[in-house]
Amino acid sequence: MSDAVKTQTYTLNLGPQHPSTHGVLHVVVEMDGEYCVASKTKIGYLHRGIEKLAESRTYPQVIPYTDRLDYLSGISNNLAYVLAVEKLMGVEVPERAQYIRMITAELMRIASHMVGIGIYIMDLGAVTGAFYPFQLRERVLEMLSQLCGARMTFNYIRIGGVAADLNEDFFKHYEAFLKECPAFIKQYHTLVDDNEIFHARTKGIGKITAEKALNYGLTGPNLRASGVDYDLRRDRPYLQYGKYQINVATTEHGDCYDRYMVRMKEVEESFRLIQQFIQDIPEGPIMAKVPKVIKPPVGDAYHEAENPKGILGCYVASDGSTNPYRVHFRRPSFSNIAIYDEIFIGHKMADLVAILASFDIVLGEIDA
Amino acid sequence: MAVKENKIPDNTDLMSQEELEKKGILFTTLEKLFNWGRGWSLWPFQFGLACCAIEMICMTQSRFDCSRFGYEVFRNSPRQADVMIVAGTITEKMRPSVELLYHQMPEPRWVIAMGNCAISGGPFVDSYSVVPGADQIVPVDIYIPGCPPRPEALIHGLLQLKQKLNHPEIVKTHE
Repeated sequence: MSDAVKTQTYTLNLGPQHPSTHGVLHVVVEMDGEYCVASKTKIGYLHRGIEKLAESRTYPQVIPYTDRLDYLSGISNNLAYVLAVEKLMGVEVPERAQYIRMITAELMRIASHMVGIGIYIMDLGAVTGAFYPFQLRERVLEMLSQLCGARMTFNYIRIGGVAADLNEDFFKHYEAFLKECPAFIKQYHTLVDDNEIFHARTKGIGKITAEKALNYGLTGPNLRASGVDYDLRRDRPYLQYGKYQINVATTEHGDCYDRYMVRMKEVEESFRLIQQFIQDIPEGPIMAKVPKVIKPPVGDAYHEAENPKGILGCYVASDGSTNPYRVHFRRPSFSNIAIYDEIFIGHKMADLVAILASFDIVLGEIDA
Repeated sequence: MAVKENKIPDNTDLMSQEELEKKGILFTTLEKLFNWGRGWSLWPFQFGLACCAIEMICMTQSRFDCSRFGYEVFRNSPRQADVMIVAGTITEKMRPSVELLYHQMPEPRWVIAMGNCAISGGPFVDSYSVVPGADQIVPVDIYIPGCPPRPEALIHGLLQLKQKLNHPEIVKTHE
């Protein structure tokens, strides 16, 4: 820009009520014409004090609250919390229950990525792009609601096992899911991948190098899109994941397009894993013998699980009573949005929306 | 036929409204006509707060398809919407925004409290940062229980709102 023509920057509020902030995220951006020169992300509009509430609930009563953290993947959140409590108590979970946990967690990953991708494409202007993933998600939710009667807030994983065994209705929908999922993946790739507008909106936008991604503590698909090959299911396995070979999907550019691509690849991998798990699932009980009143010994435990959004860590401290002394969640979306303020700079307003959506954030998790 | 002047006409030979309707002649007031139209084309305000917002989105998608009833026109600006679906927990930090958004909506406007959080605070009722219910700050017309309610429940809620619009007399007023 020449010195003769000077423009003034102006402040723009994106949110807390905005169609593309995925809830109630508030971003204050300083704009110079079309370009962002500074940005400040403000959170806390959905802060419900889950961690504080957990202190006044018993151990099993906290499980439904974890559903409401990342409400797109309730079972995965249940899992991280329950695994932490089980670690504290030293409970040995029956193998069948572990397999059911893995199956439901992988189903949850598919359901969560479907929303992530669908809303992302919708934010880029392709409304039809949201309809297809939601169809598959409905199928997954139907399977899960046959198990536990809920569509979103499951409360399915219990301390010591799971709430209910796989049943006939589950397998009825599973048969349909087996047909629909590969067809969807194929159809969606042809629908979106080579779309010229999609390329223009996402290729080279919001680039994150591997080093920067690690420095900011990104986890999950956002980290793997930058080329860092790290997945807890393979690198620090929990449940029975260690028995299986997990192909971790990575891409190299770390831009918005790659973040879409990684999620699609993960759906494929999850689909493959679910089939294997259902094939190998052993017979047996679904609940370990745990006392009716859960009183873990004095001490603390931390457990991390690979959630659809990233690594969800759960810290539980016990003082020997029926209520946890302290529960803390390391929420992946919360850590992931820290990078926003840096990568927004230099992008156009419309690209900000693309970057925002490509991270697949959930405000319930960010604010807790 | 000669009409007798300066005399109150005798109504006994006129047809009743039902008889006229059978012949295809409709009588109505403008207000009734408007409410009939509004009932079929409620424009909700796209305003998601928490978990319930996802079920609100699911309602618009192909499986539940609320466009069958004419409710799919989600507006992004409060100035174009006439139904506010409070879908989720209202926190103390969000309270002023919710209030402002409600007042920015043109009249007539309605509010649906979707889910337990919007009804009474739900599971977070004893939290330090949660407003226990949308009716603490805005007048609520329809309450839909559930955590979150299924999309069918939300459609039912919108249809109840339509009932309320078309038959204001059946809505009980509480003093």
